[in-house]
Amino acid sequence: MGGLAEEVRLDDAGTMVRLTPDHRTIIDLIPEGSRVMDLGCGEGDLLLALKVMKKVRAEGIELSDACIQSCVAKGLFNVHHGDLDEGLADYPDKSIDYVILTNTIQVLHRPMLLIREMARVSKRCIVSFPNFAHWPVRWQHFFGGRMPKTEKLPYEWYETLNIHLTTIVDFRDFCRKAGLTVLREIPLRTSAAGRCTVVRFLPNLLADSAIFVLEEGDMPLASSGTPH
Amino acid sequence: MAFSRDAAAGGEKWQTMGDPGSVGIVKTQHLSFAEPPQEMLLECGRSLGPITLAYETYGELSAAKDNAVLILHALSGDAHAAGYHQPGERQPGWWDIMIGPGKAFDTREYFVICSNVIGGCKGSTGPSSVNPQTGRPYALSFPIVTIRDMVNTQKVLIDHLGIEQLLCVVGGSMGGMQVLQWVVSYPDRVRLAIPIATTSKLSAQAIAFDEVGRQAIQSDPHWKGGDYYGKPIPRRGLAIARMIGHITYLSERSMHQKFGRKLQDKTEYGYNFLADFQVESYLQYKGDNFVNRFDANSYLYISKAMDYFDLAQPYGTLEQALGGVKAKFLVISFSSDWLFPSYQSKEIVSALRRVGAQAIYTEIQTDYGHDAFLLESEQLSSLITNFLSHGRRGAS
Repeated sequence: MGGLAEEVRLDDAGTMVRLTPDHRTIIDLIPEGSRVMDLGCGEGDLLLALKVMKKVRAEGIELSDACIQSCVAKGLFNVHHGDLDEGLADYPDKSIDYVILTNTIQVLHRPMLLIREMARVSKRCIVSFPNFAHWPVRWQHFFGGRMPKTEKLPYEWYETLNIHLTTIVDFRDFCRKAGLTVLREIPLRTSAAGRCTVVRFLPNLLADSAIFVLEEGDMPLASSGTPH
Repeated sequence: MAFSRDAAAGGEKWQTMGDPGSVGIVKTQHLSFAEPPQEMLLECGRSLGPITLAYETYGELSAAKDNAVLILHALSGDAHAAGYHQPGERQPGWWDIMIGPGKAFDTREYFVICSNVIGGCKGSTGPSSVNPQTGRPYALSFPIVTIRDMVNTQKVLIDHLGIEQLLCVVGGSMGGMQVLQWVVSYPDRVRLAIPIATTSKLSAQAIAFDEVGRQAIQSDPHWKGGDYYGKPIPRRGLAIARMIGHITYLSERSMHQKFGRKLQDKTEYGYNFLADFQVESYLQYKGDNFVNRFDANSYLYISKAMDYFDLAQPYGTLEQALGGVKAKFLVISFSSDWLFPSYQSKEIVSALRRVGAQAIYTEIQTDYGHDAFLLESEQLSSLITNFLSHGRRGAS
């Protein structure tokens, strides 16, 4: 979620990482010693924070070779070049405790494929995304008649990689159709100072982003053919 | 540093020699073993002995003997990976950009060993070596050697150097095949493995190119069933084999960028079969140059060893082959390498992942094709530097 990342010192040795507000909420959700995989792990900041703070076994998948180079520089030894739109075929069922997808689902070509894959390989999935029903988005579209540009969605329509934007309500439906059970919904509002607070009142209107904790449900999967 | 007048006359040579990043003047060393009757049994079922292995070392082995890096070369490489054999030499060793003080394989930190392969012609026992039983060069009576045989001889060298566990084994192309064989054959002897631009088995296309190269050599009238030592050598055949090889080491794009359709020393077509285009004269130069430093029979043996290599084959599957590995891996492929394409590295990484081995996999975006591993690359250096330093400290 772009610009709000903040430098955080992890230990006495002075290990520094850049964490976004949703990263910090996610770190709180992960139990110590878990096996964690971050999809689209970027330069490995979240993984390193989890490794140092929660002693996790950290794995990552990343498309950019420059980002993987940064991960190696951080001493992350389980990072693979890979394209999330191709799924997670190399990963056996339930081989990971937590699979994390932060601020990425909206750029995928096949979000349904990946979310099902995430549920298959993990015990729990954590997904964060910008909420397209946040009121400034609605305001700009309704009153301005323009494509919205906000702190969380800073790109011009012709430059954005966000092709599958969603809202909290739509994401709930999406999870049901994907056959996933929503264990927790954490609608968030980020202050100008970069602090996250949980939105309890009218979350789909007042939260700029959300974190969902999911697991593979026991109900049968919806038939395929749902639009992405 | 001692310096002759000739060398000092070339100012730029002095620059290279005085380069603080160079390991300086080095000397190839030789280890001989497997004296009859204790010959080494090869994978093909035949025995070979005595065996000489050429190698070079740079830097100092630590007291704990825990800083040794073994570098393994590709088809036409040799033990001379870094530095110069004599003052004033123009070309340093083949991976000098990566080995030396302050470089990726920092010789102030690591004891770097580069071992030649058997079957070659660069100081190790090969078809051009004299068979002590006959007093004549082996030629085609030399047994077929495999990647596993090469690794088994290198293990004798590592034992000889008194190194219980190598910090790292690294190599590109055929060197990468040796890396994979090392971790499978001797899992307890390797802590970190860096296979670059390599594969667990060659594709049909790659075998096909190798075969065309071998046919070129064998159809040269001077080849004479391999029995050409002391007589005119199969220059044309070997040069053509090298030309074919060179095409496969470059990408279409890098060839286009380097040569396009530019003409060589002329502005108009010659309307004959002499080299008009720069790419033609470049390949001819590369081919001719290669003949002066390589033996045609060695080309046959080593390219065949690459073709035979199939890491999974003795075990059933790649997972079973890699099941016992203990090393941590940095697997690197290059986006424009069509001879050892990225999917082949991905297969290795998938198998490593399934057996629970730690692996970093990255595909470096480059236009330089298979040869990219030999070229200067800040990215490659940085990956290796960080992997070694974190790996040595035991990162996970």
